[in-house]
Amino acid sequence: MFGSFIKKSRAKSPWIMHFDCGSCNGCDIEVLACLTPLYDVERFGIINVGNPKHADVLLVTGTVNHRNKKVLKNLYDQMPEPKAVIAIGACGNTGGVFREAYNVVGGVDKIIPVDVYVPGCPAKPEAIIDGVVLGLAKFAQKVEEAE
Amino acid sequence: MAITVIPFGPQHPVLPEPIHLTLKVEDEIVKEAIPALGYVHRGLERLVEIRDYHQMITVCERVCGICSMIHGTCYSQCIEELMDIEVTDRAKMLRVIWSELHRMHSHLLWLGLFADAFGFEALFMQFWKVRERIMDINEATAGSRVIVSVNIIGGVRADLSPEQLRWILSELDIAEKEIKDMQNTIMNDYTVKTRTCGIGVLSYDQAYELGAAGPTLRGSGVASDMRMNGYGAYGELDIEPIIETAGDCWARCTVRFREVLQSIDLVRQAISKLPEGELAVKVKGNPPEGEVYARVEQPRGECVYYIKGNGTKNLDRLRIRTPTFANIPPLLTMLPECELADVPVIVLSIDPCISCTER
Repeated sequence: MFGSFIKKSRAKSPWIMHFDCGSCNGCDIEVLACLTPLYDVERFGIINVGNPKHADVLLVTGTVNHRNKKVLKNLYDQMPEPKAVIAIGACGNTGGVFREAYNVVGGVDKIIPVDVYVPGCPAKPEAIIDGVVLGLAKFAQKVEEAE
Repeated sequence: MAITVIPFGPQHPVLPEPIHLTLKVEDEIVKEAIPALGYVHRGLERLVEIRDYHQMITVCERVCGICSMIHGTCYSQCIEELMDIEVTDRAKMLRVIWSELHRMHSHLLWLGLFADAFGFEALFMQFWKVRERIMDINEATAGSRVIVSVNIIGGVRADLSPEQLRWILSELDIAEKEIKDMQNTIMNDYTVKTRTCGIGVLSYDQAYELGAAGPTLRGSGVASDMRMNGYGAYGELDIEPIIETAGDCWARCTVRFREVLQSIDLVRQAISKLPEGELAVKVKGNPPEGEVYARVEQPRGECVYYIKGNGTKNLDRLRIRTPTFANIPPLLTMLPECELADVPVIVLSIDPCISCTER
C-alpha cells in the first residue's frame, strides 16, 4: 500500500532540478520564470530543488562544453532512479548557435540520455511547462516499469 | 583553529549559473576565496572566423541572455563606426527604449534573486511579478521575451506604433506604482537591513583601484556611468548617475533599485523625444580594414567591444570585456572575514553574470 502511494505521488508531484550547462542565461531565467506568480508551476506540485539526490526530473539548459560535461554526468548519476531528463532550448538540443565553437561538445544527449527536447531560443515558459508535462508522462511510465 | 575547505558551486541552489569558489573557512569566518571559472566557456569570440558580420549579431546577443539587447547594440555600434554608417535618430532612440526596458527587467530579476538569497521568498515573487509586465512589453513589441533581437547593422528591425507607445507608457505607470510599493521593504525592512547593511564592504578607493564596474562601483560612491558619455541617443536625454556611498550590499541593492526607477524615467523621456524617420539604412559591402572600440553601459556595468576588420565579410578579431569579469577582483576582496552564511548574499551583490564573463 505504501509502495503504491509513493508510486502515485512521484508522478503527481515531481521535484525538478535545474542545471545551467553553459547556457546564455536566456533559458535559465525562463525556467525560473516558470516558478514565479504568472506561470507558477508550484500549483501542480512541482518544486525546484538544489540537491540532485532529491530530484526526479533534471532540466538542462545550454550546450555541454569540455569543462562541465563531468559535472553534468556527475549530477545525473547522483539522481535516484527513476529519473527523466529534459533538454531546454536550441543549445541544449543540438548546440544551437554555438555548435561550431571550439569548446562546445554539442547537445545534452551527447553525455546523458534525454527524454524530452524543448525547442526555442530561448524557450518560452509555456514551452518549458509543456515539455515538463511530456516528461512526466515518460517519467510515470518509467515508474511503472521500475515495479 | 583548523582551516576547513568548503566547495561552493558549480551547482548551488542560490546560483543560477555555475561558478566555483573554494572557500577556506576558519570556524564560521571565511578567510580566503579562490574562484574557478570556465564552466560556461563556449569560445564564441572565435566564431567570427566562420560567421559573417551580420550573423555575428545573433551570436553577440547570446553572449548573455539577460543583457542581450545591449550586447547587440554595442556590436552594431562597432560595425557602424568601422563602416562609417550614420544611423537615423529614430533608430538610435528606439535602441535606447529597448535597452532601458532590458535594464529594468535585468535589475528586477536581480532584486528578486537577491531577496531569495537571504531567504525572503515573498519579495522574490513580487519582483518577478512586476518583471512580467516588462517581458510582456518586449514580447508585444519585438516578438520575443528575453532575447529581443531588434538590432541590425544600420538600425533596428522593429518599429513602435503610437498605440504601442501609449500602451507602454500606461504599463510603465502601473509597474512604477508596483515597484514603489516595494521600496519601503527592500530599503528599510529590519530583516533586509540585518542581512545586507555592513556586509561585503568595498570602500571608494578599493572599488576604484580594483576596477569595479557598474552598480558595484556606484554603490561605493564613484560616479561612473557610460551612459553619461552620450553614446547612441543618450546624449539627448537628461541623465544623472545614481550613487550610494556605503559600499555594502545594501548600497549596491539600493543603486539597482533606484536605477529601475531611473530607467522608467528614461523610457518616458525617450518616448516623448522619439523623432520620425527611417528605421534602418542600407548597408553595402564589407567592413574595411581597421580597429574600433565601443563602450556601453550594461545593467552590470561597463562593457567594451573591440573589433578588427580585414576587408572581408568575416572579422579578424572580436574581443569582449564584460562587467562581471571586472567585478570578480572586488568580490574576492569583499569575501574574506565575512561569515559563511553571508557568502551567497555577497556573491549575488555584484550581480554575477557568468555567461558574460566566460563567453
